[in-house]
Amino acid sequence: MKDTIMPLRDQRVTLAHGGGGKAMRDLIESVFTSVFNPPGMEDQARLMDARLQEPGARLAFTTDSFVVTPVEFPGGDIGKIAVCGTVNDLAVGGAKPLWLSASFIIEEGCEVALLRRLVASMAREAAKAGVRIVTGDTKVVNRGACDTVYITTAGVGVIPPGRDLDARSIRPGDVAIVNHVLGDHGAAILAARGDLMLSTDLESDCQSLGHLMEALIAAAPGTKAARDATRGGLASTLNEMAEAAGCSVELDEIALPLRPEVKGVCEILGLDPLYLANEGTLVVFVPEAEAQAALAAMRAMPEGQGACIIGRAVPKAHVPVTLRTAFGGTRIVDMLVGEQLPRIC
Amino acid sequence: MRYVEEFRDPKAAKILIAAIARVADQIGATREKPVHIMEICGGHTHAIFRYGLDKLVHEGIEFIHGPGCPVCVLPMSRVDDCVTIAERPGVIFTTFGDAMRVPGTRKSLIQAKAEGADIRMVYSPLDALELARRNPGREVVFFGLGFETTTPSTALSIQQAAREGLTNFSVFCNHITVPEPIKALLDDPHMVLDGFVGPGHVSMVIGVHPYDFIAKDYGKPIVVAGFEPIDLLQSVLMVLEQIRDGKAEVQNQYARVVPEHGNPISLAAIADVYERRPRFAWRGLGEIDASGLRIREKYLAWDAETKFGIGYAASPDDEPEGCECAAVMTGRMKPTACPQFGRGCKPETPLGALMVSSEGACAAYWTYGGSRVAAE
Amino acid sequence: MCLGIPGQIVAITDEARQMAMADVSGVRREVSLAPVALGPLEDLVGEWVLIHVGFAMAVIDAHEAAETLEALRGLGEAQETLEQMAEGAKALEDQ
Repeated sequence: MKDTIMPLRDQRVTLAHGGGGKAMRDLIESVFTSVFNPPGMEDQARLMDARLQEPGARLAFTTDSFVVTPVEFPGGDIGKIAVCGTVNDLAVGGAKPLWLSASFIIEEGCEVALLRRLVASMAREAAKAGVRIVTGDTKVVNRGACDTVYITTAGVGVIPPGRDLDARSIRPGDVAIVNHVLGDHGAAILAARGDLMLSTDLESDCQSLGHLMEALIAAAPGTKAARDATRGGLASTLNEMAEAAGCSVELDEIALPLRPEVKGVCEILGLDPLYLANEGTLVVFVPEAEAQAALAAMRAMPEGQGACIIGRAVPKAHVPVTLRTAFGGTRIVDMLVGEQLPRIC
Repeated sequence: MRYVEEFRDPKAAKILIAAIARVADQIGATREKPVHIMEICGGHTHAIFRYGLDKLVHEGIEFIHGPGCPVCVLPMSRVDDCVTIAERPGVIFTTFGDAMRVPGTRKSLIQAKAEGADIRMVYSPLDALELARRNPGREVVFFGLGFETTTPSTALSIQQAAREGLTNFSVFCNHITVPEPIKALLDDPHMVLDGFVGPGHVSMVIGVHPYDFIAKDYGKPIVVAGFEPIDLLQSVLMVLEQIRDGKAEVQNQYARVVPEHGNPISLAAIADVYERRPRFAWRGLGEIDASGLRIREKYLAWDAETKFGIGYAASPDDEPEGCECAAVMTGRMKPTACPQFGRGCKPETPLGALMVSSEGACAAYWTYGGSRVAAE
Repeated sequence: MCLGIPGQIVAITDEARQMAMADVSGVRREVSLAPVALGPLEDLVGEWVLIHVGFAMAVIDAHEAAETLEALRGLGEAQETLEQMAEGAKALEDQ
């Protein structure tokens, strides 16, 4: 029933492409559906997966909106993040990610070539993560009403029977492991934005973590809970987990993996790397007995080569997260207040 | 040498902590009768908490957190002036990130930005200059803020603008100086200080002699210190040794960066561009004679006060009700003893000066847990 | 106050405006050398400077830095001697 796809001649998106008529159809078919190749062209995706039929299997469902300046940056782009972010939200909950939707708010004047690059990047990342982009939407808004393009993805996955990752199950003694150095994404974006005139070779850590989670759970079946340390960084993520768990977390400053360049960006701007965003870094709590198995399984995967223990759960103290400094001092690692601003003093 | 890791060596820290304990015992300092050492600079306050130094040193040493945080001591009325300028049509208002959240009596810069003012965070006044070059039709105003460390950067930027004939650039000058408030603190009859850790980066500009009066006239030791934990610990040890030996001298722990007489080019730029105001208001401390700078007549074309008709006026009613910042800043009260601490006054809703910036003593206590960890 | 960090000058970028590229742990940023331009700018390439708000505010004195660290080493050795003396005294007492 598919019409022949006409190559889109326009170089830039105009309001006509959001008008619901032929121009819109041309844009959608030429730029989006020809690449994502969804199953059928109805307004809904109709999907089957044998894993959903298993008794005790649960459906996992999540959504996230993506707004990044600049839309293309070292190590990724807004399209890649839109896939990884939603895949990761499913994966860290123990779900096998299956399907995504993708909705685009496009600013009038956005280059069609840019959209094509973003869509190709999404398709690539989806294939890598083993998910399909099965439905979507586009809207075009007036110039200035959004910044180039915003993407919202929703994701559906399946949690196998018997699997129940939950921060409330974390107990004192469980160890906290991360898969990757911290803060690469936040630091790379700060530099890429250009207004601070910093140049680095840093790349975003943007990556899908579904396969890593599967390997981890296979090696460490007692895995308690995982979260991806996105906005607010590791510090905010750990505060949330500790509060849910009803225990505290003690980090070891010496064990925190940080690239020199990330430290450099933080020193220059007076920022704390624990609050920098990550897009492919998770923190997972596993029982101490399974820690070595978990580390080995993670390190065997490209996404987990930097896996290391950064701290452990301890009995509930006055504050959720503390950090043992290199000198044996302690300090509180609080939730982020507002956003981190560069400072001079 | 990268001049960072070497000065964060835990082994060296251990040695210093032991030496500090030894000298503190020799002095007879105890938790009940502690030695009060003021670190003047907010950067030191930040480092003390960040590395947990306050809890590592002998219990007979009490750090009093000084007024060296320019954001904290900025009067609310000056933030109001910033907002007024920023809201003028055609203005691009540029500022360090530090000042964005500081409350004025009406709103903060971040709120003014949300309401439509063109306010941009920059890393350097040079970036504001570049904005002026790129936007010849706009007035680019830089919020000049900070102590002697930062003053040369705006002075040199104004000189550069003058050389280039860049007339759409101006500085809203709120620069302040370190020695004057120290003198005011020492003159306070409630003062309990036994010695000072001096501000390293201010001193790299002004040298060590502007502190001579602290030793000579007030008989208190001061050691100019670097910002790494080893620097701070070594400086505390040097202060304690002076106290033990009955000395009051100006010493320089941070000689790798601080020349005895400061930086001649920076000092010349400051003298060329700025002159002292008769007095300037400090949050928590009130008005202090000759403690603020303004732009000299020959550079008035780059003076935002002149350009936008903003005058300096003291605003004695600045301080919110119940705020004890003045007592905390003079060492008479611990942040946690303030009735507003953690109640009416938190980092997300700062009431007093010291909760405003991450360098403020109260914010440092809150963020790094002086009270909350100590309470365990 | 006054965040200042060590960085190494790697190249002069604009002689007239006294600008240079500085490297801080692999992060590069253009800084003004105006406050430390006492001689030819070229002489500053390779030097470590203290950077504050985009200005090289001081050239770091390697000799002074080494002396500071040397003093610490001396203190460490003195401390060891003290500890050994204390142990010796304790051993005598125990006899």
